[in-house]
Amino acid sequence: MPKDFGIGASPKRREDVRFLTGKGRYTDDINVAGQAYAYVLRSTMAHAKIGKVDATAARSAPGVLDVMTGDDIAEVGTLPCGWQIHSRDGSPMAEPPHPILARGKVRHVGDPIAIVIAETLALARDAAERIELDLEPLPAAVDMRKALADGAPTVHDDAPGNLCYDWTFGTPQEETDAEFEKAAKVVELELVNNRLIANPMEPRVAIGEYESHSGMHTLHTTSQNPHVIRLLMGAFVLGIPEHKLRVVAPDVGGGFGTKIYHYAEEALVTLAAKRLGRPVKWCSDRSEAFVSDAQGRDHVTKIELALDEGGKFLALRTDTLANMGAYLSVFATAVPTYLHGTLMAGNYTTPKITVNVRAVFTNTVPVDAYRGAGRPEATFQLERLIDKAAREIGMDPVELRRKNFVQPDQFPYATPVAVEYDTGNYDATMDKLLEISDHAGFEARRKESAANGRLRGFGIACYIEACGIAPSALMGQLGARAGGFESASVRVNAAGGITVWTGSHSHGQGHETSFAQVVAEMLGVPDEMVDIVHGDTAQGPMGMGTYGSRSLAVGGTAIVNATNKVIEKARKIAAHMMEASASDVEFADGKFTVAGTDKSMAFGEIALAAYVPHNFPFDELEPGLEEQAFYDPSNFTFPAGAYACEVEVDPETGKTQVLGFWAADDFGNVVNPMIVEGQVQGGVAQGIGQAMLEHAVYDDEGQLVSGSYMDYAMPRADDIPMVGVDHSCMTPCTHNPLGVKGCGEAGAIGSPPALVNAVIDALHAGGHAVPHIDMPLTPQRVWSALNAAG
Amino acid sequence: MAVVSMRVNGKAVAGEVEGRTLLVQFLRENLGLTGTHVGCDTSQCGACVVLMDGESVKACSVFASEAAGTEVRTIEGMANADGSLSPIQQAFQDNHGLQCGFCTPGMVMTAADLLQRNPDPSEHEIREYLEGNLCRCTGYHNIVKSIQDAAQKMRASATAAE
Repeated sequence: MPKDFGIGASPKRREDVRFLTGKGRYTDDINVAGQAYAYVLRSTMAHAKIGKVDATAARSAPGVLDVMTGDDIAEVGTLPCGWQIHSRDGSPMAEPPHPILARGKVRHVGDPIAIVIAETLALARDAAERIELDLEPLPAAVDMRKALADGAPTVHDDAPGNLCYDWTFGTPQEETDAEFEKAAKVVELELVNNRLIANPMEPRVAIGEYESHSGMHTLHTTSQNPHVIRLLMGAFVLGIPEHKLRVVAPDVGGGFGTKIYHYAEEALVTLAAKRLGRPVKWCSDRSEAFVSDAQGRDHVTKIELALDEGGKFLALRTDTLANMGAYLSVFATAVPTYLHGTLMAGNYTTPKITVNVRAVFTNTVPVDAYRGAGRPEATFQLERLIDKAAREIGMDPVELRRKNFVQPDQFPYATPVAVEYDTGNYDATMDKLLEISDHAGFEARRKESAANGRLRGFGIACYIEACGIAPSALMGQLGARAGGFESASVRVNAAGGITVWTGSHSHGQGHETSFAQVVAEMLGVPDEMVDIVHGDTAQGPMGMGTYGSRSLAVGGTAIVNATNKVIEKARKIAAHMMEASASDVEFADGKFTVAGTDKSMAFGEIALAAYVPHNFPFDELEPGLEEQAFYDPSNFTFPAGAYACEVEVDPETGKTQVLGFWAADDFGNVVNPMIVEGQVQGGVAQGIGQAMLEHAVYDDEGQLVSGSYMDYAMPRADDIPMVGVDHSCMTPCTHNPLGVKGCGEAGAIGSPPALVNAVIDALHAGGHAVPHIDMPLTPQRVWSALNAAG
Repeated sequence: MAVVSMRVNGKAVAGEVEGRTLLVQFLRENLGLTGTHVGCDTSQCGACVVLMDGESVKACSVFASEAAGTEVRTIEGMANADGSLSPIQQAFQDNHGLQCGFCTPGMVMTAADLLQRNPDPSEHEIREYLEGNLCRCTGYHNIVKSIQDAAQKMRASATAAE
């Protein structure tokens, strides 16, 4: 019988009732007495010299309280980048400053120029129109290849040639090249990983407050990691010590990476609140989000694979251009390097791998991590190339993958790209995938489609990702300026109720439910005895927040460790109360028992005793029952799996219908299967969005052409099929106590190549030898490819 | 400025608005009913869907003054009289039909509109009806399941009541 609480159960989410009754408390739902409203004036040009910003008329407009331009706040720090990459010659990356209001030049459409604070948003917006702005347009660097060419417009004077870094990684190039020389077969592919816009449904919002008598600043913001915002904004931008800066991220309506970063508007409202002595609220509208939220992906890659006669992979080499946009966002530089290069081995034993990445500045919105962050780009290249290789050597794509899988007895497996996979079983997830997708019945289905004039295709992709970000020591070696730990604090209250503070943040992932399941299981109490608190730097220890599928693997482990400390303390109290040695006291099912006796006390009795220490020996035993843990992982976790997609293409129109999608994942142990399945379904929908619909397109002048929901095609309910998910193949992570690996990004990583492989399969089945089509697979692109191939 | 009055969730309400004030602003700012959300500015996300005289509308596309004299129902007015979740709300919880919760009010209101028009919609009909509502978290899978489950339970209780 399935459990109804604790680890492995799927209790209904406790978050849901407030969201379903309109009682959620998102940042825009908060209004502070006396608040003023901010409007940010943004550049409408991609690249221009700022001649004059005259705010005189705006300052005297009705209801205006304050106007700030870049020159007005010259003393303020710039937005920091969190990861320093070094080029192949050892030089550090180009790291031009990212001011919170543009100075000298604007560098992308949406670059903030001024902020107007007024009594109402309408008045602020009206006043912004009175700012006299003299922008002298400059040619824009938009396309990465053109931006690197001689004579291209320069985005930053201190980044010559628009190059941020030229990075190489893995096997020395000459060793890899030597394998290509002697290979029986070389397969190559050039592909684009299309630029995406994360589009969480809640736009960004920030409210700054300042209390003059205490010097205390408070920022409410739509963030995935409020502690990190406090650190970055406090230490690097505004110079506010952390004890005088509280950052609160209440209910947050989705993040997907784009709410990790510290944004200019957070600093601007914090600054404005102090200047004005009034709270200041800024609320992005969706059009603003399109040009101010960090965007995702945007890689152009040439990848080559060397194989022997039997189809064994010998070597892999890649050359990628990665778009940074106009400024370096917090994680931007790590995404195409350590979150991408380290995954190029995929699920395979390729012995030699060399990854080359050049990061490029362009006059476009900054690019940073978006669901998967580097790992979807790696997986897409590899899994598209393997499919192409299978076709070229005439081998079944499943067989070619199986032939090269890392085998279960090879773990721990060190790849040539610096990571060591702890555990996995890739044949098991492949077997499961073929079963749930009825792969065996596909050819019959294909014939049925053919009889109706449709081309049916079946595509497979495997993936592996490095999650549980991350071991601080490794991060430090690789150039990170932050750690990868997570924190937890567990307080057992006198009457037995338990409050847990976590440094992770939940913005849809259901931590309030699943983290409570973990603590309840460990302490042998019902789930409802445990409350999870997150999102407020005034409560709980310093945390690193939620991204990179790290919350349960890292944040959950911190909770486990703190809970274990609670159990040890409670054991000492129990030993004292029952007049036994602590080593003789056993804890199971919520009870402390003296071994070999009938003496026992319930957990709740110990909790009460902890706060009623009438006869404690205080030199040996302190009152109270509250413990804290900081957990730093010893390795990444490596979720992996196999995905399949079945499509039907109408050769007359090029329109593709996604008929089915299946995911067989190995996430290690699973705490809440319902939540895990929801994460995969949502991730797959974003992957289908990338593969079929979504594309952030800039014209040659750097205007974002797809700058609203009218032009940027978000996946809607009738674009996505039911998604078959299975996570029964479990090889528990070997280095965290829960044995968990993380599940948040897998869906978005494994699905794009499976879908593109399916469409290419369909076209080949129809006699159209199309080698590749870049995403999104619009009817126009598919039709053109199909007709060009004949 | 003009005073508009209407009924919201069964109560008579009134407030001063400008001509340009949208119904969604009136609900959120004048009445403090922040369950109705704003997710876009082109009327395409559906986070602001409410029922006006029983029919779903995007509250970002209706002026407050246009709603004068109507009966408006928002997510805050969806629970049963005793405060328990209504069948649609309950089905969303039972089927994990929400993650971050931001699109959820609009989804629930759209589902309510659909099910009063069509008590037994097919999966295809549900997906078509959700065309104006974006969700970025769930992939729609569990939203569709939630609405199917609600439809089934509402039909069963309607049959039992007959």
